Amino acid sequence: MSQTILEIDSLSVNFGGLKALSNVSVNLREGEVLGLIGPNGAGKTTLFNALSGFVPAATGSLKLFGSDRNWPRPDQLVHLGIARTLQGVGLFPELTVLENVMLGADCLAKTGLVRAAIGLTRRDEERLAQRAQTMLGRVYAGHLADRRADTLSYPDTKRVAIARALVSEPKILLLDEPAGGLGAQDIAWLNGLIRNLTSSCSIILVEHHMDVVMSVCNRIYVLNFGEVIANGTPEEVRNDEDVIAAYLGASAAHGGGK
Amino acid sequence: MQQVINVFLIGISIGSIYALMSLALVLVWRSTRVVNFAQAGQAIVTTYVAWEVVNRSGSFLMAFIVAVAIGGLIGGLVESGMMRTLFKHASDGPVASVAPVIATLGLLGVIRALVGLIWTNEGKRFESPVSTAGFVIGDTTLPFSRLNLLIICTAAFVMIVFSIVFQRTNLGLALRAAAYNPEIARLSGVKVAMTRTIGWVFAGAAGAVAGILLSPNDSLTPYSLDVLFVFGFVAAVVGGLESLVGAVVGGLVLGVGLSFITFYLGTSLVFPTAFIVLVVVLLVRPSGLFGVKGARSA
Repeated sequence: MSQTILEIDSLSVNFGGLKALSNVSVNLREGEVLGLIGPNGAGKTTLFNALSGFVPAATGSLKLFGSDRNWPRPDQLVHLGIARTLQGVGLFPELTVLENVMLGADCLAKTGLVRAAIGLTRRDEERLAQRAQTMLGRVYAGHLADRRADTLSYPDTKRVAIARALVSEPKILLLDEPAGGLGAQDIAWLNGLIRNLTSSCSIILVEHHMDVVMSVCNRIYVLNFGEVIANGTPEEVRNDEDVIAAYLGASAAHGGGK
Repeated sequence: MQQVINVFLIGISIGSIYALMSLALVLVWRSTRVVNFAQAGQAIVTTYVAWEVVNRSGSFLMAFIVAVAIGGLIGGLVESGMMRTLFKHASDGPVASVAPVIATLGLLGVIRALVGLIWTNEGKRFESPVSTAGFVIGDTTLPFSRLNLLIICTAAFVMIVFSIVFQRTNLGLALRAAAYNPEIARLSGVKVAMTRTIGWVFAGAAGAVAGILLSPNDSLTPYSLDVLFVFGFVAAVVGGLESLVGAVVGGLVLGVGLSFITFYLGTSLVFPTAFIVLVVVLLVRPSGLFGVKGARSA
């Protein structure tokens, strides 16, 4: 069996009096695609936010690549080999596509901000630009490099956001609703990309689009009201009665999509 | 026609100083969403230091370098020593938006008092490093002098350096990203706290250049850069507060506009005009000429 590279144990997150996550335990194995599904407000993005350091964990522990560690700050994430895309895409509209992707590689800059401030980083920057261009090519967006991000079509912004996450060469990729707003053709492309990526990284996928989840995920965790109500293979989850009641609806039990 | 060109060039000269102060204010606004009222105070310290260096060494260039370095240092210290703590303690509610502004006003008062204690409130003569006599073409002496030319060239040099840093370097990219959306920048590994400090360092350096360029051939007092702050602020608002290009264009437009008013309508209309421009821009186009409509997350 593949090695477990990420273990979240008994994570709870509170927003004031509201328990957004309650004793959630999730583990991710090397090379797998792990689905996180659940109705709106179930706590999927909160789990990503806790793992990314955007919201504090009230309780719970984190083990990364076999070592216990504190919950990371957002700017530490890429250095730990974790990259994340956001639900709202989150490109910088005033920057070019290439600049947006280069930002994702900021962690690869070997020089500090002080050296950068006095202009000793030229070669580094050229290297990053090259890497960003390569990654854009990988998501079929190489021709968009010089465009401003706010001139892109929605599907293209999704491609660029994924390229930005990939450019840091993460070991763990957190994808937050990558299929949202995409047409059938783009979704087919995304499915292929996710499968290909598992050769270099493991993926946690938050997604409402059940066709995508069921076709690319090795295992799925189902959240409801901040708690894990089921986990297992797509087949097991599809047939779990609690899941059917909470989220998928009766039609899913008979093989239906979204 | 010659008169118009002269007035225009002098406007560019004074406008480039406004542009530098405006740039300083915009750099701070972009990095921490604070209008730094202490910017004039920080610049007055570096200008007095420059005056000391010129008096002791006779070298304007050395004074310039020392002033810029100390300006950056003060900017960094104000951000990391005062503003960062303030943001931590006053991060929510109405106090979060008011406290930083009041703190910078308080700092301005403290700096002025200290400057007065060290150098007294008596005006100091800051000698110009180059001739202030106008260029002579044929038998006509122009109001435009070597000092004006030096101001334009120095300001242009500083702006070109900023432009290269912001547009061509990874640091500039990180600074722009952190200014636009700190959360996403953090996810990309950008140390946003560090970029904020660097924003204040750059602002301190730009303010120092503005102070040292405005003061030659003039009387230096703890209050002598207040006017520069006002015009720099108007220029920043005209430019849209968010935009570095806007800050520069705002400064130049204001400088040229006020130069024409000075020559053709009299100096008494300069201040009212600047404030009318400020109010009109806020009423008609609050996002300024180069600003982005809609709020950004700070």
